[in-house]
Amino acid sequence: MDKIIVENLSITYSDGVESLFDINLRIPIHQITALIGPSGGGKSTFLRVLNRLNDLADVTKTTGKVLIDGIDILDPTQDVIALRRKVGIVFSRPLPLPLSIYQNVSYGLELMGEKRKTVLDDAVERALRLAELWDEVKERLHDPANSISGGQQQRLCLARTLSLQPEIIMLDEPTSALDPVSTAKIETSLIELKKDFTVIIAPHNTQQAGRIADHVAFFLQGKLIEFSSAEDIFTRPKDVKTQDYISGKFG
Amino acid sequence: MQTVKKSNVLKQLRIEKLGFSVLTILSIATVIPIIAVVIYIIYLGAPAISWEFVSAMPSEGMRAGGIWPAIVGTFYLTIGTALFSVPLGIAAAIYLSEYAPMNKVTQSIRLAIINLAGIPSVVYGLFGLGLFVIFLNFGTSILSASLTLSIMTLPVIISTTEEALRAVPQSFRVVSVSLGATKWQTIWRLVLPQAIPGILTGVVLGLERAAGETAPILFTGAAFFLPRLPNSPLDATMALPYHLFVISTQVPGMPIQIQYGTVLVLLVFVLIMNIIVTMIRSRARAKRQW
Repeated sequence: MDKIIVENLSITYSDGVESLFDINLRIPIHQITALIGPSGGGKSTFLRVLNRLNDLADVTKTTGKVLIDGIDILDPTQDVIALRRKVGIVFSRPLPLPLSIYQNVSYGLELMGEKRKTVLDDAVERALRLAELWDEVKERLHDPANSISGGQQQRLCLARTLSLQPEIIMLDEPTSALDPVSTAKIETSLIELKKDFTVIIAPHNTQQAGRIADHVAFFLQGKLIEFSSAEDIFTRPKDVKTQDYISGKFG
Repeated sequence: MQTVKKSNVLKQLRIEKLGFSVLTILSIATVIPIIAVVIYIIYLGAPAISWEFVSAMPSEGMRAGGIWPAIVGTFYLTIGTALFSVPLGIAAAIYLSEYAPMNKVTQSIRLAIINLAGIPSVVYGLFGLGLFVIFLNFGTSILSASLTLSIMTLPVIISTTEEALRAVPQSFRVVSVSLGATKWQTIWRLVLPQAIPGILTGVVLGLERAAGETAPILFTGAAFFLPRLPNSPLDATMALPYHLFVISTQVPGMPIQIQYGTVLVLLVFVLIMNIIVTMIRSRARAKRQW
């Protein structure tokens, strides 16, 4: 079943860079879909369309359709707040908010007006457990979020996204600033998470896509060159550009 | 070849050292006049300071007694100015930093604020006389003077607050919005608390200037001599800077200690404001976590 259906999506920034040209894509539910390709190819832009974070950027024109559960989220009447709770994002650098560990995770729920301490406590614990961080921080929940290591911070950001119980989790090069051990922990979490969530990741290298992805989309200069199962992309790519990128001829 | 290079490096190091020494001397030199002024004021003013001086009414044509009504007046004027200029200034800064679109209108608002900061204070005084005292009929009063001082203080508060808001990393705003926050929730819960130390700096800079100004209150609220404390915002009031002007130029045979004692009290008044804000600021900084 397809969670997200993208039809003829094009985006133009006012300065012309990082645009998308006529993207058509179907992202299946409860699987990991990886977006690969050289930087500047439109992967981040694509992710930021799916929860309308692009509204904050200097976009001059968006055309096409993005259907999530059959509803066009580009519709001007779409409730973007509800959309962003449903489609969470983790950014490439660990970006803890200048709050405590606990407050980082409870922030999204408090925005919704949740004040009951027991509810918040439970939600924080559940999210931190899902991100495999609970055991490392349970003794120091009220310490500043920037007092933990970069790898822990990124898992905290994942927990923060998970706290809202989204349906789709997007990760934009989430391990590009992390060491191999932290990277492995995030990857393990993601494989565990796809049982309950639809995961879309822009991995920071092709190998990461190979390790965790079920489906792979290859973006090049704003165009979707190829979209297929991970196995097909890595063993028998149809497009010569995909083949060249995967074999490392450019990138 | 090698030795030539080495001596070159040594020469550069010597020049660098010389440069740094010059900079050090210059930066010390800037502090000297300030320290000299403060010492001079303490030296001449301290003998006048007594409990009576800071708590009694002036007597014998202000040549004796205390300056209590002027202290109270300056206190009221500072509070009055804060009441108007702080909320308005912070609101304007939030608009300019977070909401205003980048267009000609916004640019002209900014330009106006910058120019406002450069207007001589006596012009504010005349403007306040025209608008508040005469047109709005508030009379020569604490209200008129506070409003006049507020207009003068606004540019400082707006520009420092805007700067403090802009210094909060954009990434925090993006993260907050990505978690389903509205723009206002982001500002209220995240941006403002981070900016508080910077905002306080602007507020205290503005209010200190207001507390020490004579010209804006000259026509709008300052009394030459008032044998009682003001009992409503529509009363005129004595104020430290204007009192100083009066006793330095208008009253013959004024003992010099009283003049410098008044200056010293004004200086301490501003110093106390500074200390209070510094304490609040360091508490806010200690709570700040990034």
